[in-house]
Amino acid sequence: MTRWLALTLANVMRQGTSLCRAMAIEIDIAHVARLARLDLDEDQLAHYGAQLDAIVAYAAEVQAVDTSDIPEMSHPMGMENSFRDDVVVPSLDRDQVLEMAPAQEDGAFLVPPSLGDEAEEGDES
Amino acid sequence: MSLADLSITEAAAGRRSGDHSFVDLFDAVLTRANHTEAQLHCYLVIDHRGARAAAETADGELSAGTDRGPLHGIPIAIKDNMNIDGLETTCASQILSGWVAPYDAHVITRLKEAGAVLVGKTNLDEFAMGSSTENSSYGATRNPWDTTRVPGGSSGGSAASVAVGSSFAALGSDTGGSIRQPGSLCGVVGLKPTYGTVSRRGLVAFSSSLDQIGPLARNVEDSRILLEAIWGHDPGDATSWNGDYPDISAPRVDLRGLRVGVIDQLSGDAFEEAVSDATRSVLDGLSDEGAEVGEVSLPGFDVALAAYYLVAPAEASANLARFDGVRYGLREDGATSEEMMRVTRATGFGPEVLRRILLGTFSLSAGYHDAFYGQAQRIRTHLTAEMNRAYEEYDVLVSPTSPTTAFELGARTADPLSMYFSDVATAPSNLSGHPAISVPVGLDEGGLPIGFQILAPAFGEERMFAVAAEVERLVGFDTRPVLAAELA
Amino acid sequence: MTWAPVVGIEVHVELRTLSKMFCGCAVSFGGAPNTNVCPTCLALPGALPVPNRTALDSIVAIGLALNCDINEHSIFHRKNYFYTDLPKNYQISQFDLPIATDGWLEVDTGEGPRRIRIERAHMEEDTGKSTHVGEGGRIHTAEKTLVDFNRAGTPLVEIVSRPDIHSAVEARAYAQELRALVVELGVSDARMEEGSIRFDANVSIRPHGDSELGTKVEIKNMNSFRSLERAVDHEIGRQIGAMEAGKPIVQETRHWDEAGGLTTSMRGKEGSSDYRYFPDPDLVPLRIDEEWIERIRGTLPELPSTRRQRYLGQGLDSHSAGVLASSDADLRSLHDDAVASGADPTASANWITGEITAWMRRTETEPGDLDLDGARLAEMVGMVADGDLSASAAKDVLDGVLSGEGGPREVAEARDLIQVSDRAAVSEIVGSVLADNPEAVARYRDGEHKVVGFLVGQVMRASGGKADPQLANELLRAQLSG
Repeated sequence: MTRWLALTLANVMRQGTSLCRAMAIEIDIAHVARLARLDLDEDQLAHYGAQLDAIVAYAAEVQAVDTSDIPEMSHPMGMENSFRDDVVVPSLDRDQVLEMAPAQEDGAFLVPPSLGDEAEEGDES
Repeated sequence: MSLADLSITEAAAGRRSGDHSFVDLFDAVLTRANHTEAQLHCYLVIDHRGARAAAETADGELSAGTDRGPLHGIPIAIKDNMNIDGLETTCASQILSGWVAPYDAHVITRLKEAGAVLVGKTNLDEFAMGSSTENSSYGATRNPWDTTRVPGGSSGGSAASVAVGSSFAALGSDTGGSIRQPGSLCGVVGLKPTYGTVSRRGLVAFSSSLDQIGPLARNVEDSRILLEAIWGHDPGDATSWNGDYPDISAPRVDLRGLRVGVIDQLSGDAFEEAVSDATRSVLDGLSDEGAEVGEVSLPGFDVALAAYYLVAPAEASANLARFDGVRYGLREDGATSEEMMRVTRATGFGPEVLRRILLGTFSLSAGYHDAFYGQAQRIRTHLTAEMNRAYEEYDVLVSPTSPTTAFELGARTADPLSMYFSDVATAPSNLSGHPAISVPVGLDEGGLPIGFQILAPAFGEERMFAVAAEVERLVGFDTRPVLAAELA
Repeated sequence: MTWAPVVGIEVHVELRTLSKMFCGCAVSFGGAPNTNVCPTCLALPGALPVPNRTALDSIVAIGLALNCDINEHSIFHRKNYFYTDLPKNYQISQFDLPIATDGWLEVDTGEGPRRIRIERAHMEEDTGKSTHVGEGGRIHTAEKTLVDFNRAGTPLVEIVSRPDIHSAVEARAYAQELRALVVELGVSDARMEEGSIRFDANVSIRPHGDSELGTKVEIKNMNSFRSLERAVDHEIGRQIGAMEAGKPIVQETRHWDEAGGLTTSMRGKEGSSDYRYFPDPDLVPLRIDEEWIERIRGTLPELPSTRRQRYLGQGLDSHSAGVLASSDADLRSLHDDAVASGADPTASANWITGEITAWMRRTETEPGDLDLDGARLAEMVGMVADGDLSASAAKDVLDGVLSGEGGPREVAEARDLIQVSDRAAVSEIVGSVLADNPEAVARYRDGEHKVVGFLVGQVMRASGGKADPQLANELLRAQLSG
């Protein structure tokens, strides 16, 4: 790592960590992994959790800017109303579609049984 | 000198004057690839049969009197996050293993119409997430100037291939600097056009509001030719610009009186000495020719990178949700659908992708959304307004493209943040949607290329190209990477 | 303690556009699995959505018909959750800036019209369909799941009411009124059995007079208006029972079991889902300006509630106005044409909702095939009003007209059903009847006034049934008293 990088990093981390403390940010990494539907073991969670702590501490720098009265950006060029006419165009060939499928049956995509409605998005933590 | 070292304009003229055929051009590129791929690993796949057929067709058409223009018969490489009908798109990820695209990306359609020969798909950081092309699940690409070093990223395969001559030019995608930074590290021209001017249809999305496809080429004129071929409104991309486009057919600028703003936040101590020196010498050259060089402070740049690392992962966390093992790509076993998805995703995505999905999911989650994602999107508005104000006083803004020259493989892999800082000079243009170009302007003491970045206001491509061409002329950078020079 | 139920209804309406919301695949029902799919609705890498203009026209029409504000600025959000039949694992929907807000729909359960406030109507896309294969086909016992993406990406409008509904009957009336409205607008087939209109109900109860809302329970899986009414009714009862037994109501989603006639708990919903909404960066903001709104307003048909008001204004009673307002379009234009041709509106409506409807049922005739126009109906109504036809003769005449025998007067004459209401003619018959029945005349004069009924019968017989009985009665009494 070059000197500038080491200095820059040390500097932003100092600022960022204090911002994080001020905001009382705590990352529940297991909850985040569940939301993102990622099967991570304890070691991975600890590893990514620590990295996220550092990155979020850095990203918290954004808090330094007063953005009251500033709207969120939508399209960078401010475009609006981009539509298509209600016209049917040919769909993909089904054989081609199902050829992609990891598993298929009777013209449908075959998956293991589903637990149902929004499973896991509910509060399990 | 090999045909593979010609510029696009030279190669095109040579074919028309009967010096060589398009098949000869493809063979030259293929020969160069055969000599360099083992060391560099620019390509994930070379479409031998398809490309040769395209070159033969191109020759036949031209002989029959059909001239498709400057890209007719020119071998072009494509970053492997853009779909070519009938070829695998991997995004350098295991999760897409075996997936064959059933449709062409809009840019591919445009290149095919222009008669280009699509050589193959180039390596990248998985899903374009990275700045070194080390995050490829198929192995890293190396820098043709020094194979112990990275080519930059994420379009590292494209940049290295253009530099070494295993393609004449290439398409990359730039979300936070992924064209310009590898362009800088490999000594080639790389540019990101105004957001919305090149259709994203068929580009596998990383961060939809930041992603733009753009060219990597060996000189400014070649990059202009490539951009002219791929840009324009596409009704199949709702974010595609549907208004007027600037005329970039013959960019011209008079350096006398040209107002050049040097971005304070991207100069001085924050950058390697050789980089700062090279930048200063370009500015001196511009001043000598009559440009008015001034300094401009853009405080928004201080928080731009932080905003970038909130917006991009947030959008990515949703864009990459579709990779779930249900419809295509990798599927791991699971007793339930939910388990199958969890295991498939944790297995199929590499560490950097996992990290960004986690980061993005967190920054959108209940309780943090407004402080992180929302705040970052407000900063974009703020930053854009700040840049637009600067353009009232300056015709172009300039900075180094990358804080450092090419770094050694593995140097930044242990600490994600150190890698993220590679984008500090490039990410702001993605946040604002403005165009920016990186032009090689010199080598450091180790013989590694240094890039100079020219930023222009929205739709300011004509001015951007014109200034870039002047910088190119002033600097006279025509050095070839060691590897290419050895083979020429 | 008495309890006041509070019900809000969420409605999902699939729009009947030709193509899907964000791609050009055909909107279809019942096709072979995965035959109407493309890169966009399958969420293939690199695919992008582009909104269907006609679908947006449709939601503007719905918003206007529901008396909503059409917001000039609105945006599409991504609603993030993983599910096998949701291809992108996020749904393109709307969040804090929906297209339509703050409207109302009038419903009448027979106790006078009430306005149910509409919170919002927003645009989104439908999911694919999962079939759970295994014992009983139930989700929890399934061995595997088959997914068909034909439905994925079908344009869907979600309409959310305020909790203004106070009974199961009213919930049903609201649902029926809303369905009639979207059908009238021509924006949806709204077939409950095909799932192209779906109702979920949020039910809570509170002590009568309280203003604070109770704990809300969402009930799903009602596939007919009747089951909606039953489910809401059952849930209100269940909650009252629980409260009175001192058990707390749990915020949850419950599944209506049609066969068992009860709701069962699906899954606790406290700490509700974290959908991580954010503006979809693949789409640009919507700006629906006055010009767009006025263009759609100009295409709106007359809506059931407006029509009912119009009929009430014609003097129809609330019941007839309601029945006619929601009846078939051909019958309504028959009425409107008859009134335009001079028919008394109440008489016209009574004929249409009464005898004509009965005749159609008897002969299995569709409204569109009726051999009757407004002018003829008006003519017949006029003949009755003028006394040319008796009520019972008119039924015969109607039958003749509908059977294609000609116009009302033509049929009446052919069937010899014209009433004699000429004063002189009837008077003459009355005179001869009195002369022929001196005994009856004597009894009348002795105070036995009911004998006049017999004399009217004699007049009718003498006239061949054509004399106006009322006129005969009047003239008899006059001559008897004279």
